[in-house]
Amino acid sequence: MKKILIIFFLNFVVNNFNFSYAEETKLQLEIYKNLRCLICQGQSIADSNSDFAQTVKLVVKDKIEEGKTKEEIYDFLISKYGEWIVYKPKLNKHNILLWSFPYFILIFGGIIIFILIKKRKNQRLN
Amino acid sequence: MKINFTRVLLLLIAIFVLSIFLFSLNKVNIYDTKNLIGQNINNFEIKSFKNEKIISEKNLKENKYTLINFWASWCAPCRAEHKYLIKLKNNTQNLKILGVNFKDKNKDAKKFIAEFGDPYHISGKDPDGRSSINFGIYGIPESILVDQNLIIVRKFIGPLNFEDYNEILNLTK
Amino acid sequence: MLSNIGIIFLILTLALSISLIYYSFINLNKDKKIVDKNIYYLSLYQTTFCILSFFVLLLGFIFSDFSLINVFENSHTNKPFFYKITGTWGSHEGSLLLWINILVIFSYLFLIYNKNKDISFRFYTIIFQNFLIIGFLIFLLINSNPFSIIIPEPKEGLGLNPILQDPALAIHPPLLYVGFVGSSIYFSAAMASLVSGFKGKPFATSIKPWILISWSFQTLGIIVGSIWAYYELGWGGFWFWDPVENASLMPWFVMTALMHSVIVLEKRNSIYSWVIILCLLTFTLSVTGTFLVRSGVLNSVHTFANDPSRGIYILMFLSIMIFSALIIFFKNYKKENYNFHSQSKETYILVNNWFMFFFLTSVLIGTLYPLFLEVLTDTKISVGPPFYNTLIIPLTVIFLLLMAIGPNTSWIKGSYKNLLFATVALVLSIILNFMIYNFFGKYSFLSNLIIISSIFLIIHSIYDCIKMFQKSIKYDPSRIISHFGFGLLVFFIGINHNYSIEKDFNLRVGEIKNFQNYSINFISLEKEDRKNYTAIVGNFSIFDKKNSLSENLKPEIRIYDNPETLTYEAAIRTKIYSDKYITMSNISRSDFYNIKFQEKPFMIWIWISAVLISVGGVIRIFKREVLT
Repeated sequence: MKKILIIFFLNFVVNNFNFSYAEETKLQLEIYKNLRCLICQGQSIADSNSDFAQTVKLVVKDKIEEGKTKEEIYDFLISKYGEWIVYKPKLNKHNILLWSFPYFILIFGGIIIFILIKKRKNQRLN
Repeated sequence: MKINFTRVLLLLIAIFVLSIFLFSLNKVNIYDTKNLIGQNINNFEIKSFKNEKIISEKNLKENKYTLINFWASWCAPCRAEHKYLIKLKNNTQNLKILGVNFKDKNKDAKKFIAEFGDPYHISGKDPDGRSSINFGIYGIPESILVDQNLIIVRKFIGPLNFEDYNEILNLTK
Repeated sequence: MLSNIGIIFLILTLALSISLIYYSFINLNKDKKIVDKNIYYLSLYQTTFCILSFFVLLLGFIFSDFSLINVFENSHTNKPFFYKITGTWGSHEGSLLLWINILVIFSYLFLIYNKNKDISFRFYTIIFQNFLIIGFLIFLLINSNPFSIIIPEPKEGLGLNPILQDPALAIHPPLLYVGFVGSSIYFSAAMASLVSGFKGKPFATSIKPWILISWSFQTLGIIVGSIWAYYELGWGGFWFWDPVENASLMPWFVMTALMHSVIVLEKRNSIYSWVIILCLLTFTLSVTGTFLVRSGVLNSVHTFANDPSRGIYILMFLSIMIFSALIIFFKNYKKENYNFHSQSKETYILVNNWFMFFFLTSVLIGTLYPLFLEVLTDTKISVGPPFYNTLIIPLTVIFLLLMAIGPNTSWIKGSYKNLLFATVALVLSIILNFMIYNFFGKYSFLSNLIIISSIFLIIHSIYDCIKMFQKSIKYDPSRIISHFGFGLLVFFIGINHNYSIEKDFNLRVGEIKNFQNYSINFISLEKEDRKNYTAIVGNFSIFDKKNSLSENLKPEIRIYDNPETLTYEAAIRTKIYSDKYITMSNISRSDFYNIKFQEKPFMIWIWISAVLISVGGVIRIFKREVLT
């Protein structure tokens, strides 16, 4: 309890690094929301105020200024932290089922309904 | 015949799903980046702690093995692992240690080194944490053992302990 | 003391379950015409004892009897009285007791409200429901006993997780439980129907009220949960596609499908097997969700105290449930003849089911896939909001259009008669959409489609409503209200999503931040000692340059004593047309605070329209015989 209060009011170690320029644009916000904060409980980078989230925000901002695209930034972070870091899984070999299965069900259901209606038409003709 | 096939299929799916659930009970739920072992660390630049020089790939390719250690004076577990780093410096030939001072004040870092000793062959700093992302760091202390080609051999998340120390000794023999 | 009384009540409940099963079997063999009075009494006693055991736990919490481990772990003498009460179902053990209460109460109510139904159907329902009750009672007594004692008795409790000390979250679990535990009764009824051969229209009318009750409560529970997430989790969102939220949404999709399909069974005596499958699936998904949430196999924002031994038990229970359901279904499955006209109401209801299954599959696979992949290939992936949005939003456009048209077709051979009106409505929606688009700001192509289709549904519902008042017999108000609510919900979510202003920055006390039309002044930071926590209150003045309007908002960081926890409380200024939302959090090792400011249009309307959806369901419960 006391310890926490000390952190608030004494600010005993103040960084030489200036936090105030950490500000975002729409693209940045979109990217932050799609990144998982690895050290938090189910939060995104946008939601978290942890050290790690602060750093990632900084780097994403740099990369955007360098002219990197969204996908390039995701790829970069995946190469450093693994696929766990992005909330939108990439469409690759082991995620293909994840992306295709709902559509498969959609098509399958459509076929069933089509058959049911078709059957009736045949019955009527007979 | 057709219906029996559907039935068997449904039963098999149920068994499959339930057994996955069963296995999932035993898995560890905490994520770490250890599965990135074998990857290459490239295109990095770290500011030198002492002067304006830049530490890059070239500096590490001279060494047979390099242990990249991220630390800070404000991080309590870093103190615990410090003695192992010093031991490593004294007891290995093939290993060089690169210490990266993370989100820290120069003054505090110097005080820390003065107090606990300097285990680092090369000292760098990462005052705003930008470089740490290049190494896949998400909390400190974290140490990465790389070989001459900058391929990650081992990752140590959290403070190094005696077992880690022995492992590094064996790996770098 | 309380411990013994509580356990005795539970054992009595268990004993009565066993005797109910026994008596039901005996009566089944005797071929009686009416249900034996004894069965009613047994069931009534069972309900009474079960409720009493819950009251015993409640008393334990109210009087802070720390000899009970559960009270010790989840309560504290300093806790406000209201949260002492809600603490009863705040823990895993307590909520499981609530869960059993609902099973038992529903079992009794189903028994007394179906007096004119087939006797063997009623007996089998009692039998299956009591098997469920026994399963959960054994789980409770062996693994998660809320009446376990601790020796010596501690002087003080550990306190309830502060994030749970909140009115919305206090009523959230009971609502949700009535929803998905309530679905157990039509699980049992479906099994009974298969075994006893009681089907068709009477079966549909016997389960319909229960479907409506559970659906309405589930809807309300989900809404209350997202309201809580909106102001408590502190990120300004209200739906995170988090595994725990998905676990409550999956049964909801099936319930919604079932609620529609059961009408077809009632009116047309068709798709019986499909209705049975949906009945069985709803409760199966509820239990699966419980397994995922309580065993801790998923990574979620909502932390539950996890314990793998619970997982094993629920998994065993789930396996028995699934296999017995499959076997009984296969054994009694009979082929049906279907007769559907492509423009008829029943076809549209099937289309509703088709979409519900697409939504269900998307959520189900998004939730389970990471688990499967990890077990099978040891790769960890995250599936989050972008995945669900990409899959679900485009289909919602079509779904909304069909939702407007479907109810206006008639049974058997109908055709859609309002083609002219639909064209006018569609043109009107497109015009309205472009007015919004031009006057208030641009948005993506997909958002255009969403807004158009939601306006279309809204207009169509209003039109239906007018027609209902003209010739009051033909239309069904609960459907119109629910569909209207859904149209509004999607519309407001779309508007909210596109016109929200979000700003995330770091600020020190005394600094001012300017952006767009706003100027935010971090005036001061104060420490206040409150009843069971200390609050660090930030005082922010928000100046809206466009309207020269200044408002003060005070977000907090709270430090709770028991247990010691840090929470971030958002400050929200709710207005009829928009919410201003601000949170503040400390950044370690610096004197900066991370500030998140959001201006969210029509937030309150999102809640209102979601409540409208469930109001439709509630109206239908009370208005049993629906005219169409």
